[in-house]
Amino acid sequence: MVVHIDAADLHYTPLNKQIRAAVRDGEKEIVIDHVLGQRFIADGLVGEVTITVNGVPGGDLGMLMRGPTLVVHGNADHAPGNTMDGGTIIVHGSAGDAVAHSMRGGKVFVRDDIGYRGGIHMKEYEEKRPCLVVGGSARSYLGEYMAGGIVLVLRQGETGPFVERGIASGIHGGEIYIRGEIDEDCLAIGAKVLPFDEEHRAQIRPLIEEFCRHFGVEAAPLLGADYTRIGPASARPFAGKYTWE
Amino acid sequence: MAIGSVPLRYRISIDRDRCMECGRCVENCPYGTFRWEGDRIVVDSRTCTACHRCIAMCPRDAITLTEHPCDYRTHPVWTRDARESIYNQAKTGKIILAGMGNASPLPPIFDRLLLDACQVTNPSIDPLREPMELRTYIGKKPSRLSFKRGEGGEVELQTELSPNLKLDTPIMIGHMSYGAISLNAQLALAKGAHEAGTFLGTGEGGMHPAIFPYQDNMIVQVASGRFGVDVDYLNRGAAIEIKIGQGAKPGIGGHLPGEKVCADVSCTRMIPLGSDAISPAPHHDIYSIEDLAQLVRSLKEATEWKKPVFVKIAAVHNVAAIAAGIARSSADAVVVDGFRGGTGAAPKVFRDHVGIPIEAAVSAVDQKLRSQGVRNEISVIASGGITNAADVTKAIALGADAVYIGTAALVAMGCRVCGNCYRGLCPWGIATQRPDLVARLNPEVQAEHVANLIHAWTMEVSELMGAAGINAIESLRGNRDRLRGYMLDEGLLKVLDVKPVGA
Ligand code: SF4
Ligand code: SF4
Repeated sequence: MVVHIDAADLHYTPLNKQIRAAVRDGEKEIVIDHVLGQRFIADGLVGEVTITVNGVPGGDLGMLMRGPTLVVHGNADHAPGNTMDGGTIIVHGSAGDAVAHSMRGGKVFVRDDIGYRGGIHMKEYEEKRPCLVVGGSARSYLGEYMAGGIVLVLRQGETGPFVERGIASGIHGGEIYIRGEIDEDCLAIGAKVLPFDEEHRAQIRPLIEEFCRHFGVEAAPLLGADYTRIGPASARPFAGKYTWE
Repeated sequence: MAIGSVPLRYRISIDRDRCMECGRCVENCPYGTFRWEGDRIVVDSRTCTACHRCIAMCPRDAITLTEHPCDYRTHPVWTRDARESIYNQAKTGKIILAGMGNASPLPPIFDRLLLDACQVTNPSIDPLREPMELRTYIGKKPSRLSFKRGEGGEVELQTELSPNLKLDTPIMIGHMSYGAISLNAQLALAKGAHEAGTFLGTGEGGMHPAIFPYQDNMIVQVASGRFGVDVDYLNRGAAIEIKIGQGAKPGIGGHLPGEKVCADVSCTRMIPLGSDAISPAPHHDIYSIEDLAQLVRSLKEATEWKKPVFVKIAAVHNVAAIAAGIARSSADAVVVDGFRGGTGAAPKVFRDHVGIPIEAAVSAVDQKLRSQGVRNEISVIASGGITNAADVTKAIALGADAVYIGTAALVAMGCRVCGNCYRGLCPWGIATQRPDLVARLNPEVQAEHVANLIHAWTMEVSELMGAAGINAIESLRGNRDRLRGYMLDEGLLKVLDVKPVGA
């Protein structure tokens, strides 16, 4: 059975209470209608459940969550997937700044564009390898301080080089894939362009396929495209900065 | 080699008449100051850090350590330290790292504040026979309570109370992460805090399963790196602290070097083995007070509004205005960390030159919150340079609800403040992950020392309060009339809102 929640005029705390109660009751599918800027939807939520969000959720969607799948029919604000532990967020639209901030597991798919600081400080540990896939473009400071995981920017509809500044400052783990060329002046301290070969194409293939499934996009052109792969110049970007007293 | 080496800082010597050549000094010094040469022990004083481990362990009291007198040309400006820092940087071209708290010789304001005592007309209180109330609640307090009378005439509280931490003493232990300190050290602090009925911070390092039995005494930290942070971790803590800044290094982030990220640290922080753990200066989702409010509320929402959330900031010039913003962010407590706060590692130039003293900061924060009518909406915790029970009492009189101690708790476990924490070789088993060194610290024994220290200071606070005619910590809080400034200038007296001695 699908649980329906009408979020019209509902504050985020009672909304989350209803969601939690449904998950506790073992519900597997929840649809929330009339979402209009409520923050923290599914914040800290643990469980196997699919939540459809109809409308525009506010900041920190799915923050700290572990397990659920969130499907947003609309744009998302600031930091969806913030410090997320596991699960999937699928945004049928664009998202704001700091998407997937410090995300440590699970996947975030954004159909269109994201704002500044996407994938910032994403990290991985053992089997947990977070992924952020963006269908459109991303703004500056993409993958800054990245410590693990994968950021994939498909730049559908764009043909020129990627020219957003400050790509991956302080990156010390993980990888960023950007379709097409990038202006190397945009690479920040610690970041380096690495070779892209068939092994890496195989690595991003399942992510592209999953993206195309979610949004009904044809996979072949994206699978066959050229990508720029960016990773850390060193796992210890600041090791040489200090001396002892 | 053009600059050459600098003079020795310390000189170690062995009294050969007393020494029985047991070799304990060789085993105990991790810096390699002692070594066997044939059947004789030789000493290389240059590597000594004055950690005192060898002296403490020598069965014959045969070891002497002297601070080596400076033999540069004396100069009031170009001190030994100024010159040696330049030699170091001229050779390396790097930022100088340092451990522990501010090492510049500025006089602590605490020492220039004198407490009051009652005499004839308003007699002092004897804590031996009078009840003294040192229990402290950290969290939001309602400005008024409303009640409802039920059908049967019973009185019901209508005001919804925010979750508070209940402390048996106003002394807590600040955040020192597993990674910066050893697991044995953190365990000893946790047990000690549990014994003493108080709390300690996990620091930004997650929570190791060995600490789980003490989770009700732990304040879990969320810093910009979000290491070890997941919803289980948040739910385990008694409270959550968002770290914005730290007194030892205001305005910069933290960095645990990869060498210290051993297998256990890596799983507690949830990062790969040997990788650097970098906490950048800002939280990347906080660029305004509204963003901070969003993080506060998000952490509350994730834990279903059951935990108080603290925000820790470094004491900086406009600390009062920042605290006033934090008070409006739904936070339950603001931790103000003064410029004497300790650290495992900070750039020396930050440690010694950035920030302001906790005494001035806490007073400014308390006054600002009062003047804006929001003091009851948030607790104030003072930290950074609390060295004895008088400092605790004075900090509360200046407006704190409670204090965090850090270095003092480490000293209770044997730390000699040698300041080499960042090298990972701590001979006392505190700031190290090297198994043989960690094993030197017995968590049971050191927990008792930590609890003893808190207990002793708590008794002293209660005696000081009694002498001042005060029997509840609530009457001491912000009670500047019980303080007088000695040898403080007019401007500072105004900031502290304290009268000079004799007035
Ligand atoms: S470093 Fe410590 S143990 Fe080694 S000689 Fe100096 S005081 Fe003794
Ligand atoms: S510990 Fe003391 S007695 Fe033992 S070898 Fe060293 S100096 Fe001699």
